[in-house]
Amino acid sequence: MAPVSLSKLVKRYGSVEVVHGIDLDVADREFIALVGPSGCGKSTTLRMIAGLEDISGGEIRIGGTVVNDLPPRARNISMVFQSYALYPHMTVAENMGFSLKIAGKDKSVTEERVAEAARTLGLEALLDRRPSQLSGGQRQRVAMGRAIVRDPEVFLFDEPLSNLDAKLRTQMRTEIKKLHAKVQSTVVYVTHDQVEAMTLADRIVIMRDGHIEQVGTPEEVFQRPATHFVAGFIGSPPMNLREAVVDDGKLAFGEDATLPLPAQFRDRVTAGQKVVFGLRPDDLYPSGHGIHSGEAHEVHEMERTVSITEPLGNETLVFAGFGGTEWVSRMLNPRPMKAGEPVKLSFDLSQAHLFDAETGRSLRV
Amino acid sequence: MDINAAHSLKRAVLTAAHRIGLFLAMATICLPGLWIVLSSLRPTVEIMAKPPVWIPRELSFDAYVAMFSGVGQGGIPVLDYFRNSLIISVTSTVIALAIGMAGGYAFARYRFRWKTSIFLGFMLTRTVPGIALSLPLFFVYAKLGIIDTHFGLIMAYVALNVPFTVWLIDGFFRQVPKDLAEAAQIDGCTRWQAFWQVEFPLARPGIASAGIFAFLISWNEFALASQLTRSTNSKTLPVGLLDYTAEFTIDWRGMCALAVVMIVPALTLTFIVQKHLVSGLTSGAVKG
Repeated sequence: MAPVSLSKLVKRYGSVEVVHGIDLDVADREFIALVGPSGCGKSTTLRMIAGLEDISGGEIRIGGTVVNDLPPRARNISMVFQSYALYPHMTVAENMGFSLKIAGKDKSVTEERVAEAARTLGLEALLDRRPSQLSGGQRQRVAMGRAIVRDPEVFLFDEPLSNLDAKLRTQMRTEIKKLHAKVQSTVVYVTHDQVEAMTLADRIVIMRDGHIEQVGTPEEVFQRPATHFVAGFIGSPPMNLREAVVDDGKLAFGEDATLPLPAQFRDRVTAGQKVVFGLRPDDLYPSGHGIHSGEAHEVHEMERTVSITEPLGNETLVFAGFGGTEWVSRMLNPRPMKAGEPVKLSFDLSQAHLFDAETGRSLRV
Repeated sequence: MDINAAHSLKRAVLTAAHRIGLFLAMATICLPGLWIVLSSLRPTVEIMAKPPVWIPRELSFDAYVAMFSGVGQGGIPVLDYFRNSLIISVTSTVIALAIGMAGGYAFARYRFRWKTSIFLGFMLTRTVPGIALSLPLFFVYAKLGIIDTHFGLIMAYVALNVPFTVWLIDGFFRQVPKDLAEAAQIDGCTRWQAFWQVEFPLARPGIASAGIFAFLISWNEFALASQLTRSTNSKTLPVGLLDYTAEFTIDWRGMCALAVVMIVPALTLTFIVQKHLVSGLTSGAVKG
């Protein structure tokens, strides 16, 4: 149980800088997710916290102590690897008890702690097996067990679920959440899957090219993305993001394709300014089939033609062309709809986002 | 005949052909060994007979008895040779393995300048035939005064074996995922402990095979040993075989008997170490 704090953290490989002086404070017992596309520096950051990578600049504190030059074993952390990294020549019980054995703990203490962790994770029946005799999900569980047994101040997870199939991933996600509720440790969790980050984390850190784009609760990053990149990264299906030019109270998306400039942005843009307009599929819906239907919103309706549909049962994703590109809209309580059919689309402009085309920053307050 | 019967017949024929093929191959490989054992047990007349006598008419252990019966009664100092061989082979193997493990690990895990060139250089040393080195080596050893010593031969064999052990062990360390050593470090190990607790046990099959090879090379080496040894101080078993050649005669039976004495320990060692050569031990470490 300890806070983790990074300040001006830099990582360089030779002359190439991959993490550019990031600052981050993780509160005690907080579950924080580092998320971003591959190569954004999230895993490197995690490995620096673990002590597996040297840092090139800045400072890392765990529980108030500067750990910059401490080896991994002195940082009181546990890590779950993407590859699980179980010791193949040891049984499940030996794998889980390895850290205690190295620490010279009493055999009875080790056995007790391993048994307790095995109970928590439902591994009792597998304790004598070798990793090669386990399924992917079971190995994942053993890897978590090994981390728990150590009773660390901070848990580090490096894309722990990416080798599992979709169904198992959802299941393990729930288990990780339960586990965090139970052990109440600080967790730093790296993933490239925004759904995992959204569902698990107290706060999400979105990284890109070695910079932090935004830090916030799942609601904050979803509802108020700070940058155009965050807007596109968080949410599934992704937000419709289109370049536009501000023109006399309107947004022009190319020839003859315009939308009214949303009211809240009227004082924030100037004519001729290049912007990126963003609208979530939830806020663009076939009229009468949206989340906000019937409420007083700034809705702009438009006749379009359906190009394709993706029925998902409880909802249907409807794609329609506008301004030369395909926009995705989400139809709740779906009715059957076919490609080529005309559809009246509602653009809920009160929910729209506008980003500066140059800097990518949000133009909201 | 229906299709199924035809296929099962075909499979039976193929299996039989496969076994016969294997038998012939194995027979070809094993025959010289068998011939040596047989020749050590029968009189020279029978060994030299033309056409060859396949089934021995009489077997005796006379050659073995003579071998151990001391100089002057047809014996040779076989125990001295055996002791020299053992000391030289074991010591040089242990040293070559220690260097091979350190070097192989470094090549597998670390990045450093000229890595590829150094590795290639190691391999190139293997292309030089040992016999070509024997004369220069002889001069150097003569100057240093280490001819006819255990030390001299051990050094020569270490040099001979190191490139090979480095190369073989490097390959095995490469197969041990890096994550494992990192996980061990997070679990509280020092770098050194992580190596001995996790990486070494997983690379053990490779280290064992490198050990066998290094041992056999030292144990069987003749060319260098015949140049660099003089007396019972350091003569090894392969050089000892020459004791059976006189000016006009060769005692084939005695030579074969000594060859058998040489083969037995090597064979035993291989059998002992064999069980460590289980490959695929790392399966299940990562992903799956």
